[in-house]
This record gives sequence, structure tokens and C-alpha cells, in this order.
Amino acid sequence: MKKILVYLKSYKKECVLAPLFKLLEATFELFVPLVVAAIVDTGITGGDRGYILRMCCVMILLGVIGLACSVTAQYFSARAAVGFSTRLRRELFAHIQSLSFTELDQAGTSTMITRMTNDVNQVQSGVNLVLRLFMRSPFIVFGAMVMAFTIDVKAAMIFVVTIPLLSVVVFGVMLISIPLYRRVQNALDLVLGKTRENLTGARVIRAFHREDEEIDDFERRNVALNGLQRFVGKLSGLMNPLTFVIINMAIVVLIYVGGVQVDTGVITQGEVVALANYMSQILVELVKLANLIITVTKAVACGNRIGQMLEIQSSQEDGKEAFVSQMRQTAREKVPVSKKRPGSGDTSSAGQDSREDYIVFDHAGLMYAGSSVPALTDLNLRVKRGQTIGVIGGTGSGKSSFVHLIPRFYDTTAGAVRIGGRDVKDYRMEGLRRHIGIVMQKAVLFHGSIRENLQWGNENATEEELWTALDTAQARNVVEGKTLGLDEPVGQGGGNFSGGQRQRLTIARALVRRPDILILDDSASALDYATDAALRKAIRNMSGDMTVFIVSQRTSSIRYADQIVVLDEGKMVGLGTHEELLESCHVYREIYESQYRKEGA
Amino acid sequence: MAKKKAGLEKETLGKVLRYVRRHGVWLAVSVVMAALSVAGALYLPVLTGQAVDCIIRAGEVDFAAIKDILRQMGLLILLTAVVQWVMNVCNNRITYDVVRDLREDAFRKIEALPLKYLDSHQPGEIVSRVIADADQFADGLLMGFTQLFTGILTIAGTLGFMLSVNLWITLVVVLVTPVSFLVAGFIAKRTYKMFRLQSETRGEQTALIEEVIGSQKVVQAFGHGSTEQDKFDEINGKLQKYSMQAVFFSSLTNPCTRFVNSLVYTGVALTGAILAISGSLSVGQLTCLLSYANQYTKPFNEISGVVTELQNALACAGRLIELIEEEPQKPDEPDARVLTEASGQVSLDHVDFSYVPERPLIEDFSLEVRPGQRVALVGPTGCGKTTMINLLMRFYDVDGGAIRVDGTDIRHITRKSLRGNYGMVLQDTWLKAGTIRENICMGRPEATEKEMIEAAKESHAHGFILRLPKAYDTVIGEDGGSLSQGQKQLLCITRVMLCLPPMLILDEATSSIDTRTEIRIQKAFARMMRGRTSFIVAHRLSTIREADVILVMKDGHIVEQGSHEQLLAQNGFYAELYNSQFSA
Repeated sequence: MKKILVYLKSYKKECVLAPLFKLLEATFELFVPLVVAAIVDTGITGGDRGYILRMCCVMILLGVIGLACSVTAQYFSARAAVGFSTRLRRELFAHIQSLSFTELDQAGTSTMITRMTNDVNQVQSGVNLVLRLFMRSPFIVFGAMVMAFTIDVKAAMIFVVTIPLLSVVVFGVMLISIPLYRRVQNALDLVLGKTRENLTGARVIRAFHREDEEIDDFERRNVALNGLQRFVGKLSGLMNPLTFVIINMAIVVLIYVGGVQVDTGVITQGEVVALANYMSQILVELVKLANLIITVTKAVACGNRIGQMLEIQSSQEDGKEAFVSQMRQTAREKVPVSKKRPGSGDTSSAGQDSREDYIVFDHAGLMYAGSSVPALTDLNLRVKRGQTIGVIGGTGSGKSSFVHLIPRFYDTTAGAVRIGGRDVKDYRMEGLRRHIGIVMQKAVLFHGSIRENLQWGNENATEEELWTALDTAQARNVVEGKTLGLDEPVGQGGGNFSGGQRQRLTIARALVRRPDILILDDSASALDYATDAALRKAIRNMSGDMTVFIVSQRTSSIRYADQIVVLDEGKMVGLGTHEELLESCHVYREIYESQYRKEGA
Repeated sequence: MAKKKAGLEKETLGKVLRYVRRHGVWLAVSVVMAALSVAGALYLPVLTGQAVDCIIRAGEVDFAAIKDILRQMGLLILLTAVVQWVMNVCNNRITYDVVRDLREDAFRKIEALPLKYLDSHQPGEIVSRVIADADQFADGLLMGFTQLFTGILTIAGTLGFMLSVNLWITLVVVLVTPVSFLVAGFIAKRTYKMFRLQSETRGEQTALIEEVIGSQKVVQAFGHGSTEQDKFDEINGKLQKYSMQAVFFSSLTNPCTRFVNSLVYTGVALTGAILAISGSLSVGQLTCLLSYANQYTKPFNEISGVVTELQNALACAGRLIELIEEEPQKPDEPDARVLTEASGQVSLDHVDFSYVPERPLIEDFSLEVRPGQRVALVGPTGCGKTTMINLLMRFYDVDGGAIRVDGTDIRHITRKSLRGNYGMVLQDTWLKAGTIRENICMGRPEATEKEMIEAAKESHAHGFILRLPKAYDTVIGEDGGSLSQGQKQLLCITRVMLCLPPMLILDEATSSIDTRTEIRIQKAFARMMRGRTSFIVAHRLSTIREADVILVMKDGHIVEQGSHEQLLAQNGFYAELYNSQFSA
């Protein structure tokens, strides 16, 4: 909570003024019963109409001042609360942008979204309420008691007893019901779970004709929820009647004691009326206070969660070196396939270290945070500029983790990955990533037009460059099939495109930046074989020097790669060309044969 | 427009009342108790006033009378409190029971809705109707019960009591109170627009947050963070402006109405005090009137809040009831055939089907499948393979032609028995929240432990299940929770292995399983398919080579049909597809 309160600093003035004006308002409110007592005692008893009129003017004046104070207070508190939450949201957003993949994995997407939306809103209303009411309510409660003391000590003792009693009831009922409400919420979650499950699993449930059982199950949960709600309702329904009894019984006692005091001449009739009025004021404020405490507790919990989020530090330190693109000037020209074979690439513009080996995995290992088993162990690979590398292995064998080391999505926990002779950790991350085009497994597009999405790859790309990329990605017909072409709007998450279309567009997006290194992370899975093959062919013909990594489950996709990396449980169990691996690597052979049977062998 | 909305509200109200009527007894009790509690609460100030009148000045205090009045007060207080509690309990009961009934009806409807509806609506949207809307409706209804009724009673009662005490003061109160409404109404109108702007901007911002944070990795991979931050800051600034207006102006309601209340209070004090001097009103009566003046304006403020709350609640109820009244799938015909142990003869006879009438998908599709045949469906994405499954399982009904199983049109077979004859493994691996055991035995809850383990061994799931913390009793979360995609798929296969119905549908059934496990499962599948009519959809052509008939689909049509060898010999579309996986 402390961590986030610093963002209130620029609103110091507001944070002082808002409660201050609230206190002023409350003070004026406390004077009203005294004025009424004066009207009764002096005005009525003395028959002084002028005095009564004057006193009524005083009351209106008190009201006007109260209103003015209150409006001022509301203004300052709104300013502070809204300004605070705006700042907080901004910081959170920026903070999340600065986190590395490791922290993003740990925090989880839905959590981060909740923090930014719901939690910040809760904190905003919490701050607003605290500034307005946290001082006011206790002040009125105790103020009323103090006022009672100024009237008569003996009568005031009734206040001394009533206030704690009321507090016990009000806070007691709340304390007991809060955990119960949590149980209600859990019961509701169960109902929610069942409902969602039956929507997402409608096909399976109907295929196994389980509808009746599901209804029974839902009914059980629904009835359980209902029972809990009724029970909590009974309990929290006690609050009003109980406080009603306490306050009114206190008034009864007050009148009796007041009678005794008036009889002995200690106080006047009007003062008895004033005491009764103070008593009524207390109840209203105590209930407000109790509600406030609930809101504040929630807000503090939300605030703490936000604070924890802000405390997460990125585990990656940015490097200092600029990444220099070494793409050939003539890269746009199509280069015959044969020229791209190992060693034949044009390396004249490459730095000294990269003449031979452009990308080097040097005993690289990766252990994800919070995991006890390494995802990758002791990987060694030397890649020459312009080579195509195939990566294959079963699910969970570490294919994605392997290529994620190149753009430094994750840092190696052992060994190193070097590009152009330098550890990737030495490069400035932004520059490094600008020269890498990655197409992730999950094809994500963003709200906007197709053009805007493609320009993610390169903001300054020309129309021609966009179409070239689309051609290579086999996505020209996707765009041409839309009425607005490149300006066709893309819905949130790309919902208005099929899986295969999205995948091809994300490939085009990566190509638009004409990267030094292209990584296709199982990104042709939704494409049929023919399209997949055409895509690979186009990429190979695309440019001279681009180094390509293709991750796939299909041997057909990587068969013609210069080097194929075979991964199994994070270890490299094979490295070589298709033919070499068929000879030497039984895992590769097994994968291959499962896909081709006799033909391949 | 407004009229139409009002009509709709009225209609919804009628429907809601039908649900409330089931709890008529409780409603009656609640109404009586509300009347009693209001009467009690209103009579109390009268007694207080009487007691104050017994306390004039030193030496002039009538203790006997006071004691008598106070005793009455005590009794009244206790009674009123009890009545209040009973009323609360009744209201809670009615509300929660009505919502329970609504939810149950909604869920029953979900189970009976055609898949067409479910496919075209976001699950989240329907869930929000059953959960959030129902909850909000409950809140509004509860508030309505507790505050609307007692509020109106209190106003009427207060006026009555005031009139009985003094005409003039009542007039003062009646004349000043409307000012409070005017002020509240004025503020509400002004803030409505601001709130709308605020929630629109908030929605815009949430959409951006969900999109950017949801795909944070892509954003970072493309170094797009700072562009997105600029976009965010712009919306954030806009939101600050609108929020400030909305928060500030809406928070004016309270101080302003409080001010008007104090005017009423002062008016009563002034008139009352002057009347008291002339002796037509006692001090006790004035006290009583003042406390009425305090109470009187409160229900007014509350009622205006309750009315908006109720409107909101009705809108929520409307959405829920809309779902409940949605057209269910056509029920089974009363004389529909119950298919027991089908032979597996399936015929598709000139079938036409489309999801949207404008875009015909499957046209004039005919096919004869003999019992025990293996039919493979091949073709590029979106060619209608999955649609065939929808039709075979009767998730959707054909538009023209007919599908027959064992010679009977499937529309004349009960859904339960038709689907019971199919074993289905889908690409989309869906598991329910529960134990592994519950999931595997979904199709055959009566299966023995031995049979279950047998099936799990057959599908190669036994090994990994045993490694789970509680083996077969491990509870998995919604949609498989922490299991890997491949493990989930193994469980789905086990689920079918246990039932072994006469016909099988395998839609990309092994797509997420690593190739080495897949080989083993394929063997199990081959055993399973022996003697069973099977429909297989797969990308990997190797998985379907052994099928008896391969249907090559393109744009909803069968373009080629035959065995693997025949199709290769034809050197057509299939051959092209098949060869493309070897070429590069």
C-alpha cells in the first residue's frame, strides 16, 4: 500500500483540504441541536418571536456554510482520487511494459488486467471515500458525545455506554458476515464454473448425453448457494433491528434521566430535546463508518496487490551495445537457392567474428523461474549467416524455449547465446529485437486495420513492401478477399479472420521488417501442406542473408533445412541434415516414420 | 423509443412477477410486516413528544406519566425490531429464491439450446447473464422490496401523523420537499451524461489493456511498447477528465439534498416554535414533528435511488429472461426411435447445409457407409470437415436431404440414443472440472475400476495419470487446468475407449500428442476401429492412409473419393495434397 501511496504526493494539498472542509461541515452540523434547544428554551418559553426568527436564520446560515464546505471538500477529494488513479494506471502500464517474459509468465495475463482495471477503480473509490468520510464520521460520533457532556455530565454517561455498545453490534455483525459473504462468493463461483463449463463443453456433454446429470449438479450448487445466501441474509438482517433497539432504548433512558435532571433544575426541557437529537445523529454516522470500513478494507487489499505488482523487478538488465544490421544491400533481389547453402552466403559486410559463425549457442541452458527441471540443457549450435535451421521434437521438448533465447525473451541460466560474436545480453534489447522477426505459435492480431497490423513490423514500410511481405507469407489472397483490402478493419484479437489467415498475416508482419533473423515458431500449424510448402519456398527465395529458424512438428517443414536440431526433453539428441539424421538419430527417424511410414525409409 | 422501452419494461416486470408469485405467502407476510414496522417507527416520536411534554421545568416533571409512556415505548421498540427482522428475512428469502429459480430455468435452457445458438454467442456473454445479471437483479429486487414499499408507507404515514398533529407544519413540509427532488433530479440528469462518457472511455481503455497486456509478448517482441504507452496515456488523460467530472458532480447529490433537508427542518422549527408560543402546539409535539421532518425527506431520496436501481434490475432480468425464453432445439419426436447398438450403416442422402443462408457450404452431398467402414475426411482448412461431424452427431440439422443411420432418418431417432452410438474425440479437448476418474467415466459412470484402468492403459494415459498426485482421484481444474494439451487429449481418448460405442468420430484426435506416443495410440485406435464405423478427420495424411474410403473435400464439396492408392493414381487434388508434404 505504501508503495502506491507515493503517487498521491502530487495531491498533498487536496489530501489535507478535503478532510479539513469535511470537518468544518460536520462541526456546523453539530451546532444544529443546540440552536433548536435555544429556540425551545429561550424562544418558546420566553415567547420571543424575533429570537426564534433569528435562530432560524442561524440554522439556514449553518446549512449554507455546511453546503459550501462540503462542496469544496468533494471537489478536492475527487481531484485527488481521480488524479491518483490516473497516475497509478499509467505507472502500472509502463511497469508491465518493462517486465521481461519471466515476470510476465509469473504474473499472468488476467491478473495484470484485473490489477489495471478493477483494482485501480477500487482504490480510487477507496481514496475518495477516505478523504471524505474517514474523518467526518468518527468526528460526529465523538462530537455528539462531547456536546452531550457540555449539556449534562450525567446524561452524557448514557452516550458513553451506548456508543461502544452500538459499535460492538455494528462492527460485530459485519465481522461475522464478511467471511460468510466470502463463502457466498465461493458458492457463486461454483455456479459460475458449472455454467461456463456447460457452454464451452456443450458438444462433449451432449455427445455423452450428460445433460440431465449436469442439470442435477447445477441444481445442487444453486441450492447450496441459495441456502448460504438465506443464512447470511438472516444474520445481516439483524443489524437494523438491533441498532434500532439500542438507539431507541438509549433515548428512553435519556428521557428518564433528563426528566430527573430537569426536575432538580440542572438542565432545561430544550436541552433534553437536544440530547435526544444527538443520539439519533450517532446511529446514522456509525452505519456509514461501518460501510466505509468495508470499502476501505477492499481498497487496501486491492492497493496491496497493485503494490506487489509494481514491486516486481525485471530480471533482465538491458545491454549497452547497438545491434548493427548486417543484411546485404541487395537483399531484396531473389537469390538462387544454391547460393544459400552453408558457407556460400555473402559475408563481406559481416564483422570479423561472424565471418564463420553468426549465431552461436554455447553450452546454453535454461531453467524457468519456479521450475525444478531445466527446460534446456547444454545446447551447442553454430549457425552461419543465411542458413536455415529446422527445430523439431515432441510437445514439451523445448523447441519454443530454444528459439526464445535468440531475441532474449528469456536469458540463459547456463552458457550463452552469441550473435555476431557478442553475447545477446550485451545488446540493447530494443535494437536486437528490431532485427529479429518472430512469428509466435499463437497468431495474435491487434485492433486496427490490416495495414496498421503489418506496420508493427516496420512503421515506415511502403505499400509495395507490405505487398511483398504478404506475397511471401502467402497472404495476398487473404487481403485481396477483403472488400477494403489493406484497410480492412481487424477486430480485437483478430476475431474476424480464420486461424490460418491470422497465421499468414502474422508471418507477413514479421517479414515486413525484413529481419536479419526470422523465427517461425510452429507458425504454420494451421496451414495445409501445400500452403506450408509454398510459404517455405517463398521465404527461401526471398533474400540473400536472412537466417531462418523453423520450429515444427512436421518433418516435411524442416526437411530441407541446412541444419536440423532434434530436441527431446530439453536436450539436443540430434544435429545434422535430414539425410544424416535419418542415419544417426533414432528419435528423428521415429518422428519421420510416424509421418511418412514406408516412403521415407 | 421511450415508449417502446417502457413497454418492454412492463413486459419484463410481468414476467418477473410470475416468478415472485410463487412465493406469495412470503410476500404477503413481508407486506404486513413492513406496514407494522413503519407504523411502529412512526409512532415512536409521538410517544417521545408526549414524554418531553411531561418534563416542563424544575419541579414540574410528571414521573408517573413518564414511566408509563417509557414503558410503552420500550414495548413498541422491541416489537418493531422483531417485525423488522421478520420482514428482512422474508425479503431475503423471496429475492434469493426468485433468483435461484431464474438461474435454474436459465441453466435448463442452456442444456436444451441448439448448438447454433451456443456457437454464435460468446460463452462469457451467456455466463454474465446467468451470474452477473442475476446477481444485480437480486440486489435491485431486494432493495426494491426493503426500501420502495417501506419508503412509500413511511411518506404516507408521516404525512398522516403530521396532519394529525398540525396542519400548518405539514403544509410547510409538503411545499419545501419537492425542492429536494428538483435538485437531485437536476444533478442526476447532468451526471448521467458524464457517467456515460466515463464508462465509454473506461471501456475503450479496458479494451486496449486487454489487447496489449493480453499479447504482451508480441508487443515486446516487436518493441511496440512505447507506441502503445502513448495510446494508453491519451485515453488515460481523457478518462481522468471525464472521471473527475462524473465523480465530483455525482458527489454533490448528498450535500445538496442534505441542505434542502435542513431547509425543511428549519421551516418546521420556525413554524412550530411560533405555533408553540401561541400555545397551539406543545414542545413535545414540536420535537416529534422535527424528528418527522428528518425522517420524511429520507425515503424520498431513497426512493429516487431505488427507482433507478429497479430499472437497472429489470434490464438485467430482461436479459436473463430473454435467455430463458430462447427457442430450444426441436424436442425429440414422441415416437422417435431409440437406437440400440447400431449396426453402423450410415447414409447421407443429397444433404444440403449452411450456417448462414447466404453462404451455402455443403451442397447435394451423398455417401453410403457400410457397417465397419473407415471414412476419412481430408481437405484444406475450412472445407467443411468439422461441419460433417456437426451433422452426423446432429448438433445441427440438415437443411435439405437426410442422414440415415441403420435406415432411419436421424431426425426420427432420439438424440440421446443417436449420440450414445457415437464415440467422439475432438480437436478441442474439453474436460470438466472434477477428478480424472469422473472425466474418464463420463460416458459410462457405471464402469468398474478395472475397466477404467484397462481403457487408460489402452490409450497410454495410465502412465501419466499414475504420476499425478492422487492418480485417478486427482482433481483437475476447469478445462483441464494444469494438464498439457497432449495429456488432455489422451484423457479424451480414454473417455471414448471406455464406452466403445458402435461408431466413432475422430477429429484431429491426436494433433497435440507427440509423434512417438501417437504411433502407439494409432495402434490402439486401429484395434478400436475394427468392426466399427469410423469417421476420421486429420491433417496428417499418414493417419488416414488405411481408411476404406477417403473423402477429399474442398469448399463443402467432395471433389474426390476413393482409397489411398486409387486417389494417388488419379493424380488429382489428393495427390497434390499428399505430395506437398514431401516437396519443399
